[in-house]
Amino acid sequence: MPKAFTPKVITANALQEGDVIYLTRDGAWTRNLSEAEVLTDEADAQIQLLNAEARSSEAVGVYLADVAEGLHGPEPTHFRETFRRTGPSNYFHGKQADL
Amino acid sequence: MYTYSDFDAAFVAERNKQFRAQVERRVDGSLTEDEFKPLRLMNGLYLQLHAYMLRVAIPYGTLNSGQMRQLAYLAERWDKGYGHFTTRQNIQYNWPKLNDVPDMLDALAEVQMHAIQTSGNTIRNVTADHFAGAAADEIADPRPVAELIRQWSTDHPEFQFLPRKFKIAVTGSPNDRAVTKAHDIGIRMIERNGEAGYEIIVGGGLGRTPMIGKVVRDFLPQADLLPYLEAVVSVWNILGRRDNKYKSRIKITVHENGLEKIQELVEARFAELRPEFSGVDQEMLKGIQAQFAAPAFRNAPVDAYLAARDADPIFRSWADTNLREHRAEGYAIVQISLKAHGETPGDATAEQMRVMADLAEQYGHNELRISHEQNVVLPHVHKSDLPAIHAQLREHGLATSNIGLISDIIACPGMDYCALATARSIPIAQEIATRFDALKLEHDIGHLQIKISGCINACGHHHVGHIGILGLDRAGVENYQVTLGGDATETAAVGERAGPGFSAEEIVPAIERIVEAYLEQREGPEETFLQTYRRVGLPPFKAALYPEKVERAHAA
Repeated sequence: MPKAFTPKVITANALQEGDVIYLTRDGAWTRNLSEAEVLTDEADAQIQLLNAEARSSEAVGVYLADVAEGLHGPEPTHFRETFRRTGPSNYFHGKQADL
Repeated sequence: MYTYSDFDAAFVAERNKQFRAQVERRVDGSLTEDEFKPLRLMNGLYLQLHAYMLRVAIPYGTLNSGQMRQLAYLAERWDKGYGHFTTRQNIQYNWPKLNDVPDMLDALAEVQMHAIQTSGNTIRNVTADHFAGAAADEIADPRPVAELIRQWSTDHPEFQFLPRKFKIAVTGSPNDRAVTKAHDIGIRMIERNGEAGYEIIVGGGLGRTPMIGKVVRDFLPQADLLPYLEAVVSVWNILGRRDNKYKSRIKITVHENGLEKIQELVEARFAELRPEFSGVDQEMLKGIQAQFAAPAFRNAPVDAYLAARDADPIFRSWADTNLREHRAEGYAIVQISLKAHGETPGDATAEQMRVMADLAEQYGHNELRISHEQNVVLPHVHKSDLPAIHAQLREHGLATSNIGLISDIIACPGMDYCALATARSIPIAQEIATRFDALKLEHDIGHLQIKISGCINACGHHHVGHIGILGLDRAGVENYQVTLGGDATETAAVGERAGPGFSAEEIVPAIERIVEAYLEQREGPEETFLQTYRRVGLPPFKAALYPEKVERAHAA
């Protein structure tokens, strides 16, 4: 049996700044994971992904990232996404400093 | 040092102009990312986890004070005030914005630097012994040869779409400080019966399938170098596998076809190519060599140095640990550690870069080197100037006395920056260094190289670390595998895997147990970790790493 579809967000890097971005419900890009739209339907997620990939003048490397729904919006389920949402651990740089 | 010819300057300017237009076309939508990506990679621009990353070549690790100051300027103007020196003698900026990169490249060109072929499936920045031109044990300066290879390989029409990246390293000393046996081609400058030539090693590499390079030609006459290299790369360009990127490097080609077959093909291709090299390359080499003439060393007393040694134990410890023997009397090679305990290995702030540039200008014939061990070197310093240099370094957090010791760790950027990484490297390096500094044991432990990679690609050279650490993702958790007995020198060896990996919390105590086992096993302080390991083998270290297994075995 195929694996059950787990909740996802659409994420990428911004073309010009390079920083991590997420897609919101109204189709805008946000720097903040908690504002991202959580996709729970696989077919819907695939269509949204195609649409996001087409926005190549805004975003690079678009993909679906696993999340869990938390009290304050989506939370990463893998440590890689935790770093992407936060920034590096050796300096207070990136999102942890900017947001 | 090499100075750009008009041709070089025009070439770099033209390339920068092209790239500026390519960025503009990417931003205005005329180029897709698929079209743009190979173009940006050719110019050293990656997209990583949090931002773009620009990798700038420091050819054969050599730069002058003006160039170092410009690197500092780039760090401040377009990045976050620091740069990261890498295991291939490059510097990486972790936070540039796409629109700024063309300006950064122009700023680099002002000081005759570039980022060309620091990425992509091309011949990469040619690396060399960081003590080139200074080491007491040197037969010949490898830098002119490295510069010749750079000129030959840059934009070489046959080699712009290779099966995979291709890395060349050159050493002019019998003591290999350039890791030549872990490169696609390693070149050792040697002499035979009074004639200068090269030993050519092929098919070394780390990564997923670590291999120690094999000698493909034990003595190559000087004038044959470029046609021979061209023959090797050409044979691999045709034979190398393009179906599977994990099997595309020349180490796999040599392994699959056998050294003899490769030798046969290379010699046949070489026979075709040799007549095409009319000797212009040798004329060029002579011109390059003249630019690498040794500085005018002075003859002066070293009393001030000896007095400082007697008076100041901190200076003496630094001198004993960080200096290396220079070929000129009264001189020393100064290694500046970028491994202050708890800091990120290989990082320097813009201010530190300027301090090092100033020191090189004032005391070091204007020369600096970047080592593959991620430290900075002042290659030519008169010993009488050492106390003043040390005092300056101390003021700027650059006087850590730990070169070659357990806290002088090579670490790749790992998952703190790299999009390919499977785990973090930097925090592990920071914790190990901090721990052994607290124990005040590292000088007693002596020469011990720890090398950490955050993924199987092995940018952190873990396979050739005396202790290697490989960070992996095991079911969504960072996990660290340990290898022991690796060696990056002329006696190169790939480390042996010790057993199951450790969690991020367990890895530092595990390293401590290995070190305790070494201190117990060694025959005396003069027997290094590697010597002990070679004498006693893996078992005592394994027992120390996995005590619960030993207990279980005894219970059964």
